[in-house]
Amino acid sequence: MSSTLPDPRPNADSIAYWESAKQGRLVLRACAECSHKHFPPRRLCPVCWSESLHWTDATGLGTVHTFTIMRRAPVPEFAAQVPYVVALIDLAEGPRMMANIVGEDAHAVRIGERVSVCFEQRGDWAVPQFRRISD
Amino acid sequence: MSLRNSAVVVGIGESDIGHLPHMTGLGLNAQAARRALDDAGLRPDDIDGLVTAYSMTEPYFMLGTVLCEYLGLQPGYCASLVAGGATPAVMVGHAAAAIASGQANTVLVVTGENRASGQTRDQAVAALATAVGHPYFEYPYGPSIPGCYAMIARRYMHEYGTTREQMARVAVTTRMHACLHPNSHMKTPIEIGDVLTAKPIADPLTLLDCCLISDAAGALILTRPDRASGARSAPVWLYGIGEAHTHEHLSSAPSLTEFGVTRAGAAAYGMAGITPRDIDVAQLYDCFTIVPIIELEELGFAPRGAGGEFWEAGHAQIGGKLPVNTHGGMLSHAHAGAAGGMFGIIEAVAQLRGGLGPRQVEGASTALVHNEGGVLSSNCTLVLGRERR
Repeated sequence: MSSTLPDPRPNADSIAYWESAKQGRLVLRACAECSHKHFPPRRLCPVCWSESLHWTDATGLGTVHTFTIMRRAPVPEFAAQVPYVVALIDLAEGPRMMANIVGEDAHAVRIGERVSVCFEQRGDWAVPQFRRISD
Repeated sequence: MSLRNSAVVVGIGESDIGHLPHMTGLGLNAQAARRALDDAGLRPDDIDGLVTAYSMTEPYFMLGTVLCEYLGLQPGYCASLVAGGATPAVMVGHAAAAIASGQANTVLVVTGENRASGQTRDQAVAALATAVGHPYFEYPYGPSIPGCYAMIARRYMHEYGTTREQMARVAVTTRMHACLHPNSHMKTPIEIGDVLTAKPIADPLTLLDCCLISDAAGALILTRPDRASGARSAPVWLYGIGEAHTHEHLSSAPSLTEFGVTRAGAAAYGMAGITPRDIDVAQLYDCFTIVPIIELEELGFAPRGAGGEFWEAGHAQIGGKLPVNTHGGMLSHAHAGAAGGMFGIIEAVAQLRGGLGPRQVEGASTALVHNEGGVLSSNCTLVLGRERR
């Protein structure tokens, strides 16, 4: 996808996530008290409310929980991308995240398929995306 | 304290509906309010409470007091609530609680927007995408509201075998009902094939799987039961209300096949002291065709996975086992912000009053309304009835 697409907008909760993505790493928030890993990143653990959190690297592997092929763009920035795939990915570590399925065979994606993370440049930043794993 | 029998609906009003560039959002609200007040046989001075929602086309910071000012009201109770599409049912709960606690005696519950003419279609789609999608973790991937519901539909089809044709039947049935309503936005009958071959929006949804964008407002007048004797129509009683809020953004939903509808419904049934078998007519939120299929199941009207068959078999039609969205719903009657769900409440009251001609559900004495907001994020169920319970 092209650089006219929306850039990430880091804030105090997420700056480390986006800095990591820029370096090609997908990171999650992990709780020191209950070991729950969460996404998107927060100030406290949404399970036990502990404020003892650290960042941990995800494997970048996941499965497709569901997806759609977008035939109409919600905002002009995505108009040139239509049709494109938006999916919910269940990461191997547990959390679920939204991403595009990218790559030439993206439209052949199916529920339950394994995917792996890749990174797409957006201005000075990068966003995590996923590709189908052909095994 | 239960809200059962705490308040009665004595007035209902719909604004004009459609593409109405000669009216503002506030003007639509005023028209609906005036009609509800006339329907109740009351005067503006009788109103001592106002509850409204929000407006995306006219985004006043304090919409409730803006509306009061516009209407020349100086009430002792005023609230502006935001729970997306679930707001109207939540508004009824707040109005009833204000009445039960003595904060107000007669409350105007009103909401609506000029969604069709107050912004372009592109602006409408963009505004919703940025309002409901996570601004940092979903927006960069270009989902739309239809896209989010399409992902729910696809997962539901995968887990339960719900079919495209069953979803299309929801659109066809509600259009048929809208054709019987004098104030509905869409009045041309459609067939299954029309839905399946309509412009694709986000697979598997086409344009006819998606709700309308209308200029519209709806209003209710709620009052203390002991003040309802002068009402022009028989008062409709609040039996029960229940809410459940499980997430905001789709990527954080606990499940894509089990939502908060069940919990909201159970709380409403519990307060009303009834079961799904007691419901004669249901007005279910139908922003997209998959939604009233899921709601039928979670509210106990069909076993899990059998909601699509329920529609396919004609059980949701007027004359069927449980008529659903007898006004045409948001797919065919009107959808304008929070007003979408409001029209379901208005229709429930109208059905309980009776006398709707070919649209009337024979003998309707207990009605259910379900509103949901976000992406099945906030849920609110109402149970209403004809007699004190």
